[in-house]
Amino acid sequence: MKSRKVKLMQGNEACVEGAIAAGMRFYGGYPITPSTEIAEISAVKLPAVGGKFIQMEDEIGGIAAAIGGSLAGLKSMTATSGPGFSLKQENLGYAAIAEIPLVVVNVQRGGPSTGLPTAPAQGDVMQAKWGTHGDHPIIALSPSSVRETFDVTVRAFNLAEKYRTPVVILTDEVVGHMREKIEIPDPSEIEIIDRKKPEVDPENYLPYEVKDGELVPPMAAFGDGYRFHVTGLTHDETGFPSNSSEIAEALLNRLMNKINANLDDILDYEEFMCDDAEIVVFSYGSTARSAKSAVKKLREEGIKVGLFRPITIWPFPEEKVYELSKKVKSIIVAEMNLGQLVLEVERVSKGNCKVSHLGKANGEVITPNEIVSRVKEVL
Amino acid sequence: MASKLIKDYFRTDKLPHIWCPGCGHGILMRSVAQAIDNLGLDKDKVCIVSGIGCSSRAPGYMDFNTLHTTHGRALAFATGVKLARPELEVIVVTGDGDCAAIGGNHLIHAARRNINITTVVFNNNIYGMTGGQYSPTTPTNEFGTTAPYGNIDKPFDIPALAGAAGATYTARGTAYHAKQLTKLVEKGIKNKGFSLIEGISICPTYYGRKNKKGSAVDMMNWLKDNAVDIKVAEKLPKEKLEGKFLIGEFKNTTEPEYTEEYMKIIERFQKER
Amino acid sequence: MAVQTEIRLTGSGGQGLILAGIILAESAILQGGNAVQSQSYGPEARGGASKAEVIISEEEIDFPKVDKADILLSLTQIALDKYADSLKEDGILVVDSELDIPEDVKASKIVAVPILKTAIEKIGKAMVANIVALGVIQELTNVVSKEYLEKAVLNRVPKGTEELNKKALQEGYNLVKDA
Repeated sequence: MKSRKVKLMQGNEACVEGAIAAGMRFYGGYPITPSTEIAEISAVKLPAVGGKFIQMEDEIGGIAAAIGGSLAGLKSMTATSGPGFSLKQENLGYAAIAEIPLVVVNVQRGGPSTGLPTAPAQGDVMQAKWGTHGDHPIIALSPSSVRETFDVTVRAFNLAEKYRTPVVILTDEVVGHMREKIEIPDPSEIEIIDRKKPEVDPENYLPYEVKDGELVPPMAAFGDGYRFHVTGLTHDETGFPSNSSEIAEALLNRLMNKINANLDDILDYEEFMCDDAEIVVFSYGSTARSAKSAVKKLREEGIKVGLFRPITIWPFPEEKVYELSKKVKSIIVAEMNLGQLVLEVERVSKGNCKVSHLGKANGEVITPNEIVSRVKEVL
Repeated sequence: MASKLIKDYFRTDKLPHIWCPGCGHGILMRSVAQAIDNLGLDKDKVCIVSGIGCSSRAPGYMDFNTLHTTHGRALAFATGVKLARPELEVIVVTGDGDCAAIGGNHLIHAARRNINITTVVFNNNIYGMTGGQYSPTTPTNEFGTTAPYGNIDKPFDIPALAGAAGATYTARGTAYHAKQLTKLVEKGIKNKGFSLIEGISICPTYYGRKNKKGSAVDMMNWLKDNAVDIKVAEKLPKEKLEGKFLIGEFKNTTEPEYTEEYMKIIERFQKER
Repeated sequence: MAVQTEIRLTGSGGQGLILAGIILAESAILQGGNAVQSQSYGPEARGGASKAEVIISEEEIDFPKVDKADILLSLTQIALDKYADSLKEDGILVVDSELDIPEDVKASKIVAVPILKTAIEKIGKAMVANIVALGVIQELTNVVSKEYLEKAVLNRVPKGTEELNKKALQEGYNLVKDA
């Protein structure tokens, strides 16, 4: 029998519930507002399912331990906010090049530096993609509600396992701390993906070898009898470092291709009243809730406006936004920063329509009325 | 012809190693392998983790589960591996800069937790990989490329630091006293808790040249002449120890081990079911 | 009641206003409706200004924050002075009777009752002022039913304090009935 529990739940709690449902069995982290509840609830819940929680000595240790846990075979997560996300960047790059499945949650708060610790922001969007040095693949997802935080967290684990890559959940203080109604799905309704294990004998195992036509190598765990080497240095299919430019190029091409060749699987978005829209508000995370409210109000006045809400932020839904730009007169990008994803929207719309920005980075949310006024100005 | 130890425990296709002629690291690495062999550990159940630097290239040559991490973070990665899979014997190979400068915080906290990890520090008193900058174990008044007028920092005593932070086994050996070092690593691995063994290495290329220490042979002789076993030192008058350094076992105690304590929490839930 | 009721609970940190907001939202959900609870807070764990917001609706709730409130509760003077003008002109203001109500406050109804004093004198615990306040709000507005409010209170308060909190709710109802 299926059991669906209806509950009042906080976004950060839904994140842990989703993680455990997806199979998280290791959490390494360091407390930081406004993500702390994710550590606290993980500490409570993990031992009950035989999982491990450790509060490390710092943010860097938190992600490092989580990578270690993943290499030892457990689905692993770490969570943080602003300053902690900055500190984790080097090891985020490590997970990308060494292809370690890992979920990193960033409950965004006001920045830069210590900034506004208890206030929401969406100022780490570009950092999620470009924060660590060097070209690298990344997936980032942004939920708008408590229920979606649950679903997005499950999906983050699935994508991390499937593509052997770090996945960032870019939530924010509003979604992380608000409580709302959530119906927790029955475990039988949740799709769970596990990393592919090697089929070959240990003697024939090359940790970074992919079959023809595939892009993601199977992954053994330390202790399984496959004695392999993992490094953050550029490496060949044996896992050992190499200085060869051909090998470096092949590795980076494959890493980027894992993501770029699977956009249909990775991209997720919501289109609300976009069909006949002349103006589209592009918004994500908690801000998209204001945008949706604004769209409903404007529609009541007969104004043809819609909402495009990317749930997958990275890779950016280029094609979708390009198509949109050909259809509409204007796109307004509403986000709690001084102009980040708007740059992507501008880039991919190639001048097809007017693109403008409605931003805020003072710790306050963007209200529906502010969006309503902007749409009317653009009209 | 490679020895049995080399054939059994090393990735012979990855040799020769990248270390300079005269470097002490090869001897220290061999001691680690010999200790594992003496204890008869299952290779599949040994995980060797390192950070960045000359020392941290060692795991690449060693035929175990091996993890070459980011600079300073070996112990944090190792903590994750060990907690996730406590049945693995986790050994960290690190350097003086890697574990006592950029990774110093992880060192003292791993020691504080008394997590069952054995850390072997290849201490060459210098940053070798980047070309001879002073490290947290470069003696005061000596030279590095970034201490052109003499080092005004005081050096760390790494085993004392780890011991004070809560490591239950600490010791020091040298590349010259290889057999003793093997025994110390063996005892460190056997200790159920956090063990730190400092292996004093030699770096003729940078530290030696910068400080006019002579050839690799001269540096080895210096180790022989200046290392005093702690048991011998206890019987010597103070003036005889002037300018010398101690080797041997410094601390060997028993405290609750981290992963065992965590498993007790998990077991509490299993009993409730 | 409008389709959507927006409630702002204000006072100082440590008065249990966030818990009160959670309880209110939970009772709305138990009742089969929709609710969103959010909060804003300063760096202090105790003292400072604390604000919890609840939106109760029959429909999907998009914007989760309260702009102009239908119901404003203030338990401290600082909170009242700060938030008094965030009440809708046809809204209801509930304050502790110790507070001075600013002359320019616009509301359809102003209810000043001794919430803190009741908690201390009748229940013997200042801590339950938040629950007394919930009783007052329920009796005044019927925004959630007594049945589900009580259920939510019992769900969320520490074990062993159930009777105390039930009594606090009752005293809250009485404050309005007797007023």
